[in-house]
Amino acid sequence: MSTTPIAFDPRALRAPHPVPGAPDNWRRFFTFNTDAKVIGIQYIALALLFLLVGGLLAMIMRGELITPPADLVDPSVYNGLYTMHGTVMLFLFLFPILNGFNNLLIPPMIGAPDMAFPRLNALAFWMFPVFGVVLMASFLVPGGPASSGWWAYPPLSTQNPLGLLINGQFLWILAVAISGVSSILGAVNFCTTIIRMRAPGMGWFRMPIFCWTALAAQTIQLAGLPVLTAGAVMLLFDLSFGTSFFKPEGGGDPMLYQHFFWFYSHPAVYVMVLPVFGFFSEIFPVYARKPLFGYHVVAIASFGIVLLSLIVWVHHMFTSGTPQWMRHVFMVTTMLIAVPTGIKVFAWLATLWRGKLWLTTAMLFAMGGVFNFIFAGITGIMLATVPVDVHVGNTYFVVGHFHTVIFSTITFGVYAAIYHWFAKFTGRMLYEGLGKVHFALTFVGAQLNFLPMHWAGLMGMPRRVASYDPEFALANVLASLGAFLLGVAMIPFLLNLVSSWVRGAPAPANPWQAIGLEWLLPSPPPAENFEHDVPTVISGPYGYGLGHPLVADQARYESRLKEA
Amino acid sequence: MSASGSTASGSGPGPAPGSGSTGRGGPGIDRGAVLLVTLGVGLALLASRWLMAQVPRWLPPQASTAAPLVDDLFALEAGIGCFLLLGCTAVIAWTLLFDRADKYDRDDGEPIEGNLKLEIIWTVIPLVVVLLIAAQAIRVNGQLANMGGKVRVAGAAEALQLVGVDGVAGVQAATSVPSSQSSQASQPSGAQAPKALRFRFSKGASPGLGVTAATNPAAAATDPGVAPVTELGPVVVIARQWSWEFVYPDGVRSAELHLPVNRPVRFRLVSLDVLHGLSIPAFRLRQDVVPGSVIDYRLTPSREGRYRLRDSLFSGAYFASNQTDVVVESPEAFEQWRQAARRSPLVPSPNAATELWSQRQERGNRGWATVPPGPPPLVNVPLDLNAAHEG
Repeated sequence: MSTTPIAFDPRALRAPHPVPGAPDNWRRFFTFNTDAKVIGIQYIALALLFLLVGGLLAMIMRGELITPPADLVDPSVYNGLYTMHGTVMLFLFLFPILNGFNNLLIPPMIGAPDMAFPRLNALAFWMFPVFGVVLMASFLVPGGPASSGWWAYPPLSTQNPLGLLINGQFLWILAVAISGVSSILGAVNFCTTIIRMRAPGMGWFRMPIFCWTALAAQTIQLAGLPVLTAGAVMLLFDLSFGTSFFKPEGGGDPMLYQHFFWFYSHPAVYVMVLPVFGFFSEIFPVYARKPLFGYHVVAIASFGIVLLSLIVWVHHMFTSGTPQWMRHVFMVTTMLIAVPTGIKVFAWLATLWRGKLWLTTAMLFAMGGVFNFIFAGITGIMLATVPVDVHVGNTYFVVGHFHTVIFSTITFGVYAAIYHWFAKFTGRMLYEGLGKVHFALTFVGAQLNFLPMHWAGLMGMPRRVASYDPEFALANVLASLGAFLLGVAMIPFLLNLVSSWVRGAPAPANPWQAIGLEWLLPSPPPAENFEHDVPTVISGPYGYGLGHPLVADQARYESRLKEA
Repeated sequence: MSASGSTASGSGPGPAPGSGSTGRGGPGIDRGAVLLVTLGVGLALLASRWLMAQVPRWLPPQASTAAPLVDDLFALEAGIGCFLLLGCTAVIAWTLLFDRADKYDRDDGEPIEGNLKLEIIWTVIPLVVVLLIAAQAIRVNGQLANMGGKVRVAGAAEALQLVGVDGVAGVQAATSVPSSQSSQASQPSGAQAPKALRFRFSKGASPGLGVTAATNPAAAATDPGVAPVTELGPVVVIARQWSWEFVYPDGVRSAELHLPVNRPVRFRLVSLDVLHGLSIPAFRLRQDVVPGSVIDYRLTPSREGRYRLRDSLFSGAYFASNQTDVVVESPEAFEQWRQAARRSPLVPSPNAATELWSQRQERGNRGWATVPPGPPPLVNVPLDLNAAHEG
């Protein structure tokens, strides 16, 4: 062990695990549990619940938008719905579910028994239900929830029409701030774990790509989130305590908030998409039965994306009175992001090339997600181009673009990850048949929902409208039908999750013949993964067809799995 | 341009078929594969050309000098994007068709770990392509030259003072309804009621105008002298929750924006409450209206017609209804309109937000909290809510 550069720190093993009766004791999911695998499932289950909430809000919105006038709900209600839809989907679905995967995957993938700071980890998780409840409670306060969009741009967000201290916007800012603190705690934990707790022999370039991308994403959290959280606190003070950071009457400037907001909130997209790039990079080699093409470059490209992501935020403010030179600088940096992301996309395609594809549900979602991402990348370049953005920015073109990223890429990746790793962490196989039905409905629904939005935007339909001119009706009818189809697609998915976990076929340790430390553990893995017997990694992570073992003495680990 | 883009995107998926060859046979360049790839690239090029030709059908009519420039840039990107998407899709489709494992085949694929040459190619070519697109966009931006200066002000009252609209009616119609007028201009954000009644017409008479003009040499050149032959304006655009108002240099107030065709026009954008966005899709132009700033903006309409002007930056409850029309007309028709407008008394313009708000009150004010809409603007030319627009 002393011969390897990264020595495994045995102190982590002494972290207490108050899990009597696991894995059969379901009550552990409702406690302040410090086991990363329990926390991971807590995150994922609660996040999926909020996916349903956010999806329900979306379907009410699409019901409103299926006809041009605002006839289903009052425009003020529509504004609250779309604000909460965006907030729920980002802060209560995507960030938490990806943190759930960080918890599940990082320790087993690097051979660590748990996260570096298990109590901090549990604390970060339990803030999630807290801000979830705060945000949901805002539906019940007088005046309804926040309705200034998930950007909460002042002065609109500080108008406070009823003049009450506790109002929807107040609770919204509070929830976002708590969520920010929770994510910072998580980021400290994930980064420390990846940097300090890798198995013997697992140098940086023997680390699975998911760990690379998770580290990259969490670096962004550490760099950017303090800025957003500070901006949120200032906004709260402007709203409730009479300060004027963003009020021109008091010498402030609403533009300042936009900088605070986007400095974090554009990179936030990469916080979500990078781990999904990690999923794709893990999943393609398994089901194409080939090594990941250009592993080193794919790994390093993650940090290229991190660097660039921190210097692109002004592309959200091209028309805010930003000077020309600044628009040009940020247009170029934004376009440069196409290079590291392009590297990844081409590497995935080359991984598929001449492989032996197993079209499992996970593989279908991953391939569908990459296809959608290529489309979203192209429209992203269009939006980065200042003159084109001047026309289509703040229209449905943007809505179509970012839903293609956030749903059709990121959520597809999340689905792929669920189908890929469900067996490992629950010990039960998902039904592939239901999975494929879920994929087919989701893929068709997503195209039907988001493609027509691009068209509506090109014609000039602004985003965030509760009513619109009749010329946009066709695009909106199609989009609404797609949205309802996506709602239907949740039925086979949830049925599959619940019934498989309750009575699915028991999962073998390695159902996909995958290579990776997590597949050398039983399904589900014991509380402390490899415990005292951490394997020594002797080769890179994707040795499909290369015929060399991943860890020293691999046969022993494999035979132990067979005995169990 | 499209050719360079095409080679770029082609190289991603392109070389892969070449190096791998179509058959499962041995290594080396396979003539069949080369033929197939060439055919594929040719088809993709044709498809991209076809797509570029479709672009105008997705867009509103081109009604300003900016529109053709923006559309050409968009078409270029659509063409490159189409080629890239087809190339990548072809690879995915190929693997789906020909690289699927048989049902019980658990073997591994070819253990290809990478190819440095290929990786360099698909790093450098996208880099070059995006930089070329960026260079073209910067060139187009220079030609558009829409943006003028921006002057920071402390609130709506100071903004109105700076642009010379003192909240009350313009010179011609000054006598009609001063009291109600002042109350409406100051309504939503509690700006103080202004004192004077006059719209000061340019000439650097007001210090504020001087500041704005100085930041914009092109505009400053037209500032001295009335010289409206070259440039109309500045037309003050007042955005509020939820209506638009346009004040012309001669004091005419309108809820519709009337512009003469083929003549540059300069705007001063003022918001009285929250952020708004001035967006005219047929012009391909959009500019945020920022409280606390007076923003200078220029454009040249190039096609007669009636087009939509929309609020593009979310501004609260009746945001969606905050739209009006731009009427581009011949210089003669514009002049007639202006003369007629000068003779018309100030009337409250019909306003969709006001209507929706009163409907809401009738239903018992149900809904979630919002500030009430300000009273509709008092204008010489009210808005025609039922006029048909082109785009």
